[in-house]
Amino acid sequence: MLIVSPRMAAVTQEKQYTPSLLSFFVYNPSFGPREGEEEKKILFYHPSEVEKNEKIRNVGLCEAIVQFTRTFCPTKPAKSLHTQKNRQFFFEAEDSYWIVMIVKNPMVEKPNKDGKPPTIEYQEEEVLDTVYGAVLRQCYSMYKLFNGTFGRAMEAGGVELLIPKLEKFFYRYLQTLHLQSCDLLDVFGGISFFPLDKMTYLKIQSFVNRVEENLRLVKYTAFLYNDQLIWSGLEQDDMRILYKYLTTSLFPRHSEPELAGRDSALRPEVSGNLLHYGRFLTGPANLKDPDAKFRFPRIFVHTEDGSEELHLIVYKAMSAAVCFMISASVELTREFCERLDALVGPQLTLLASDICEQFTLNRRISGPDKEPQFKFIYFNHMNLAEKSTIHMRKTASVSLTSVHPDLMKILGDINCDFARVDEDEEVIVKAMTDYWVVGKKSDQRELYVILNQKNANLIEVNEEVKRLCATQFNNIFFLD
Amino acid sequence: MSEEHYLELCESPVQFEHASSVNNVFFDEANKQVFAVRSGGATGVVVKGPDDKNSIAFRMDDKGEVKCIKFSIGNKILAVQRTSKSVDFINFIPDYPHTEFSQECKMKNASVLGFCWTNWNEIVFITDQGIELYQVFPDKRSVKLIKSQSLSVNWYQYCPETAVLLLSTSGQGNVLQPFVFRNGTLSKMTKFEIELPVVPKPAKLSLSERDIAMATIYGQLYVMYLKHHSRTANSPSAEVVLYHLPREGLCKKSHVLKLNTTGKFALNIVDNLVVVHHQSTQTSLIYDIHLREPDCALNTHQPVLPARSIHPYRIPLTGPVVVPSQPPVPCQLYSSSWSVFQPDIIISASEGYLWYLQVKLPPTVNLQQDKGKLMDFLLRRRDCKMVILSVCSQILEGGERGSLPVVATVFDKLNQVYKEYLEAEQMYTLAMESGPSRNSAAQKRPVRTQAVIDQSDMYTHVLSSFTERKGVCHKFIIAVLMEYIRSLNQSQITVQHYLYELVIKTLVQHNRFYMLHQFLQYHVLSDSKPLACLLLSLESTYPPAHQLSLDMLKRLSTANDEIVEVLLSKQQVLGALRFIRSVGSHDNVSARKFLDAAQQTSDQMLFYTVFRSFQQRNQRLRGNPAFNPGEHCEEHVVHFKQLFGEQSLMKAATA
Repeated sequence: MLIVSPRMAAVTQEKQYTPSLLSFFVYNPSFGPREGEEEKKILFYHPSEVEKNEKIRNVGLCEAIVQFTRTFCPTKPAKSLHTQKNRQFFFEAEDSYWIVMIVKNPMVEKPNKDGKPPTIEYQEEEVLDTVYGAVLRQCYSMYKLFNGTFGRAMEAGGVELLIPKLEKFFYRYLQTLHLQSCDLLDVFGGISFFPLDKMTYLKIQSFVNRVEENLRLVKYTAFLYNDQLIWSGLEQDDMRILYKYLTTSLFPRHSEPELAGRDSALRPEVSGNLLHYGRFLTGPANLKDPDAKFRFPRIFVHTEDGSEELHLIVYKAMSAAVCFMISASVELTREFCERLDALVGPQLTLLASDICEQFTLNRRISGPDKEPQFKFIYFNHMNLAEKSTIHMRKTASVSLTSVHPDLMKILGDINCDFARVDEDEEVIVKAMTDYWVVGKKSDQRELYVILNQKNANLIEVNEEVKRLCATQFNNIFFLD
Repeated sequence: MSEEHYLELCESPVQFEHASSVNNVFFDEANKQVFAVRSGGATGVVVKGPDDKNSIAFRMDDKGEVKCIKFSIGNKILAVQRTSKSVDFINFIPDYPHTEFSQECKMKNASVLGFCWTNWNEIVFITDQGIELYQVFPDKRSVKLIKSQSLSVNWYQYCPETAVLLLSTSGQGNVLQPFVFRNGTLSKMTKFEIELPVVPKPAKLSLSERDIAMATIYGQLYVMYLKHHSRTANSPSAEVVLYHLPREGLCKKSHVLKLNTTGKFALNIVDNLVVVHHQSTQTSLIYDIHLREPDCALNTHQPVLPARSIHPYRIPLTGPVVVPSQPPVPCQLYSSSWSVFQPDIIISASEGYLWYLQVKLPPTVNLQQDKGKLMDFLLRRRDCKMVILSVCSQILEGGERGSLPVVATVFDKLNQVYKEYLEAEQMYTLAMESGPSRNSAAQKRPVRTQAVIDQSDMYTHVLSSFTERKGVCHKFIIAVLMEYIRSLNQSQITVQHYLYELVIKTLVQHNRFYMLHQFLQYHVLSDSKPLACLLLSLESTYPPAHQLSLDMLKRLSTANDEIVEVLLSKQQVLGALRFIRSVGSHDNVSARKFLDAAQQTSDQMLFYTVFRSFQQRNQRLRGNPAFNPGEHCEEHVVHFKQLFGEQSLMKAATA
């Protein structure tokens, strides 16, 4: 009899299914406390075509689980429920407002001989609670960024306002969730900062201050280069979610015309006698269009007493993008946009080329630009700074990683371990393949390194990581 | 209305007996002395100046009308010219004979136009046929000719500061021949020609000595020519043409000052500014030849400020009887009896006053709206520091607040001067270190002028009060501080930590911790121990400050002790231990400190670990795990025994 290795078989005949979204709903138990009114609790349900009674049943089940687990710990009810086929995540976003996300576990379909139905193997252990729990919280943060809290909509117009808001937002947003490519970075929800020398940074400061002085309406400014943050006038938590929106949604949508080099998008504007490449990413696509609409997305950010609503103007010149945030109570006019364009366009163009020049100069000094020797993920909880040499550039659709999902899973597991204790820790794992995975936690910082060294021993791996720390992290207090 | 007179006469003028039929008044530019000669000297000569304190009074015989009278340098010998042929000398050195002696000019048929002392005993006669340099021997009462030069002379001018004598030659008088005197020698410089607006036909003397003056501006000698407007030539108004007269090389036309008017003018130089007095409008204009004007042709200058008159002056009534009720008498300015001398002297012979002209900087602030130009102007003035600082305060506060680009321009200009000074200072220090013998010729310690406004000046006089002012938007405060830091960085000047502290203080006051975090993240606030300590103190209000502070201490690499202290205070004993091991100073630290901290945690395992770690160190260093008495760890040993028993102690290896 021919012996076929299982792996070969897997490659040729097995069918792999990645985790996917089964359902997603928002409910508030206090909206339908009596029997027969259960439907009133449901504020949003995806997929919408599910039959009403099933919706009610599913919501009721979640409610029951949460209630039941509360008896064990009133302050910390269940956050997730593991079943063979799927996993449910519960999140009380606001008082009594619950968001539930149900994810189908990844599975392998193995065909059987003789026309029997294929065997399905659920890989329920492949899904990490921390990752999808974070994804769920991010869904809410993103909703809140563009719509404010649920409570706010309720105050303003009751469920009649809240329900359409939820539908409008989540209908589109859920389509952009790519659950199969969620990983440790979603847990961190970090911000990638653009490395920059002091002088150029100060020039950017100067630019931001001057624009804010000149255009008094501008309340906050954020400055990004190459999709990486340089300056945020917003507070950290607001910037974190805005950054997520910019880098995973807005910028990818606008990068295509630039890459394609279509002259319509890159034709320099002439303002005064200065050429500039500035353009609006939100609001009017073309200022000269007589029918241009001067409507900008609105966002909600925290203030000392609650929240405030702002227009979000995103303006870009070459690789530099600036977000200007203006109180939503102000009507934005064509004149204002023209003034902004004339003021910011030339300055930003100049600044962008300055940064570019400085950046290439620094790169030349630090050595040729080769594939990073180490694959690592770094995250600092204090400033949300995140750095990954594992992830490719994010696009609108997927975030690509250069390592096998198994290794990403190990990283996630180590992260869970770290989250359990306050102490500094270090974990070294020898993975199934030739890989070593090292996790280190020092104070508020976490570092994960993946090494591919055949026959390396523990000591050598440790030395290797020390080398990495010495070269990449020598200017911070990171204990080895 | 705010004060606008930016020129004034000095408060304490030199007073002398005013000119009259019996009293002749002379002024010597070299010694800046006024001579009041009564009745040809017979009834007394009073010499005053350069300040009012020193005056000399004497009598001399009336041997005819005095044409010119001057002391040699140091008041050693008095020279008096009474005829057109000779000059008489009188010794003023004590113990030397006081009898007059005389010297006639050597050239036949020449008449003496005047004379100048070039030293305490050297004198040059200027005649219509040339110049004669003499040495005077007061002890012997004799005079010896050193050198002479013959050429025809219309008139002359002498600049005592540079010892340059300028002779007008040629028929029109516009060919000027300069000579320079140095250590008893006379050297001829290259002659040059003044361009006349109209060439007269037939040729006649057209360049008057009244229209020429010599003065040093920014350390360079210039011949200033007051070129009157002429209807025939293409010049609608008068101008002052400056000819640069270098020590070596050719004299070249270098600057043109546009007067934009016509009439009678007089020139002074004050604080390197050319002051042009206009008699008919009774106003004065000032020009700064170092101010570049982009909208004008090369080296053509417009007045720095609008024309204003000299500040009204009241003559204080002094004298034997002071009448308190009588107010001081206003003095007539721009009077026709005024004589103007270089560089900054105005004399009213009819009233008996000698004033020094002065520039008052505060009024200029309100007359120049362009703060960048104002700074360029102020930075070149002598007593500019407080005015500059007040301008800085002005543009940051109140109604005349400038926009950020203006603030930036002002900072950049200040820091440019500051930087040049620092660089010069550094060069000097380097040169001194490499040995004073080498190229010792040019190495002079750079002079710190008032225009050098350093960080501490800005901090003390401008920024600290600005940041504390109520009602100023904190956004603007931070923007200004960052702009100043940017400007310093741009000039590659190391920023002092107190500026960073000011930034931090302001940010903390307004709860802008995330901004602060970002600044530190990009190392905009440079690392220093004081800053790290300040951050540590912020930890209770902003926990991430702890991490920022530790990072900073780590980067300083000289603060390992501080890091250990911080970690121990946080009871991170293992972390501290790992840290000192990583920096290789494990062998030198005090065991007691660590054991104390470990004991305080009440974590027995931790105490065990730390204790054993130090025992191992002792073993390694001294071959014995026991602690030395000097380490004062007795109580920890007792504690260890209590917890884990005697047998758990590491024993000395028996040989």
